[in-house]
Amino acid sequence: MKFARDVWLVFNRQILLLLRNPVWVFVGVFQPVMYLLLFAPLLTKALDVGSTAEAYRVFVPGLLVLLAIFGGLFQGFGLIAELRAGVIERSRVTPVSRLALLLGRSLRDVVSLLTQGVIITVLALFFGLRVHLGDLLLAYLLLALISLMTSAVSYGVALVVRSEDALAPLMNTVAQPVLLLSGILLPMTLAPPWLKSIANWNPFAWAVDATRALFAGNLGDDSVWQGLSIMAVLTVLAVTWAAREFARSVR
Amino acid sequence: MIIETKGLRKSFRSRQGRETKTVEAVRGVDLVVTEGEIFGFLGPNGAGKTTTLRMLATLIEPDGGEATIAGADLRKEPGEVRRRIGYVAQGGSTWDDSTAREELVLHARMYGIGKAEAQQRAAQALGAFQLAEYADRKCKTYSGGQRRRVEIALGIIHQPKIVFLDEPTTGLDPQSRAHMWDEIRRLRAEGMTVFVTTHYLEEADALCDRIAIMDHGEIVAEGTPAELKRDISGEVVIVGLDSPAPRAADVLGTQPYVTKLETPDEGGLRLYVNDGATAIPQILRALDGADIALRSIELHRPSLDDVFLTKTGRSLRES
Repeated sequence: MKFARDVWLVFNRQILLLLRNPVWVFVGVFQPVMYLLLFAPLLTKALDVGSTAEAYRVFVPGLLVLLAIFGGLFQGFGLIAELRAGVIERSRVTPVSRLALLLGRSLRDVVSLLTQGVIITVLALFFGLRVHLGDLLLAYLLLALISLMTSAVSYGVALVVRSEDALAPLMNTVAQPVLLLSGILLPMTLAPPWLKSIANWNPFAWAVDATRALFAGNLGDDSVWQGLSIMAVLTVLAVTWAAREFARSVR
Repeated sequence: MIIETKGLRKSFRSRQGRETKTVEAVRGVDLVVTEGEIFGFLGPNGAGKTTTLRMLATLIEPDGGEATIAGADLRKEPGEVRRRIGYVAQGGSTWDDSTAREELVLHARMYGIGKAEAQQRAAQALGAFQLAEYADRKCKTYSGGQRRRVEIALGIIHQPKIVFLDEPTTGLDPQSRAHMWDEIRRLRAEGMTVFVTTHYLEEADALCDRIAIMDHGEIVAEGTPAELKRDISGEVVIVGLDSPAPRAADVLGTQPYVTKLETPDEGGLRLYVNDGATAIPQILRALDGADIALRSIELHRPSLDDVFLTKTGRSLRES
């Protein structure tokens, strides 16, 4: 009970501050919409599919996973600003749950990601994308897990390195191979065998496959439960580790 | 005893190139703080004051030693310690885009206080710290002194038994500093114990009931400012005379309360006494009895810097 209340306190505050700065909403939606409008049409030919709607069916799930990964991985910057302002230390002298300090923040990231996701999905519907509501909700659950995990990792790393100068290159170095090896921009089915076998080791490639299967209406596809399980395990690990960093004594 | 520590230690490993160096920030601190006092921690930057304070506030774990704070064991029940103390960090703790009221309500609620009660306490604190006028403005618009007052208000919003203030007046202008002293005295008047660190001698002297002087991770002296100053060299009474000094020196040299007597070249006498305030009337009587005319009399009390100098061989003003 106390824990749920603590999470709510942190989450509530973070959402409030987020809404106070509406520029974020614009920035958060502008970029994915550009992808949707300016990149997806290229895919109709590149993927050799019959219609734009077909291309969106492949591209939109990838785009959503991309947003979840990148959106999460760069949340640590905000935390470093909070560290510098002394807000984290101030929280740590209270009996508030350390896990709540993490989860309240990560849940804000999940909510903002899902908001972006809904806007993009709705836009794609106008371009002819069709998806079952049940499948879509499951896909959103997967996205929520990804975003929770990547933001927890980002917060954990931010607490360790404590400087933007170290966080930026670190996160970029992680994000780039993850992006290229996940079949986000183009499906991995186009990849040569060696590249595909490397991609098999990228957990996010599984998540992308699962999201695509859901958007294609293949709920029973093995990739769905595989993707969900892999993300769930990794999320638990990431959250546990990051919460420890919040509790750990730092100089 | 609201705080009692024994042998509190902490060292940090810092890396310089390939070498890792161990820095002993705090090397065994024994402290006793009594309920209801303003206890000052005086020392130069880097003496280990903040590290000690952060250990007591459960922010860093000690390497060794033990401490009881407001009845709770620091190492065994840090959660209980957190509930009973307030802590105000040196570098600030407010968020630019939040208002003072929001910060206060949130902070109170983090201590488990209900929403309505938290709002009430926030309003109360805003009034008490003369912040009501700016309560709903963003913190980034505040002056340094206003912001510091918000931070102190945050530290005591849950009505702790003791509050730790880390250098609360650093960076404030003289007027805000005087204002802050008043706030701190007000906390004491309300029954709170205040543990404050400072590297200002005047502040420790004027504000604190008792002080501990820290240097290189150790406590080198502890007591009331008056005790500490008396202990080192006693006080000096400088007597100015119209008549030649030798006769007065004969009279005063035999007085029991005079520990040492000097006749400086510029004339007059320097008398070392334990307690100048009680010595002066006796000196006046003795000189009067011997019919020696007095031109001036002046009491020189040693400063805390003299104390620091005696204990560490350095002046605090220089370190």
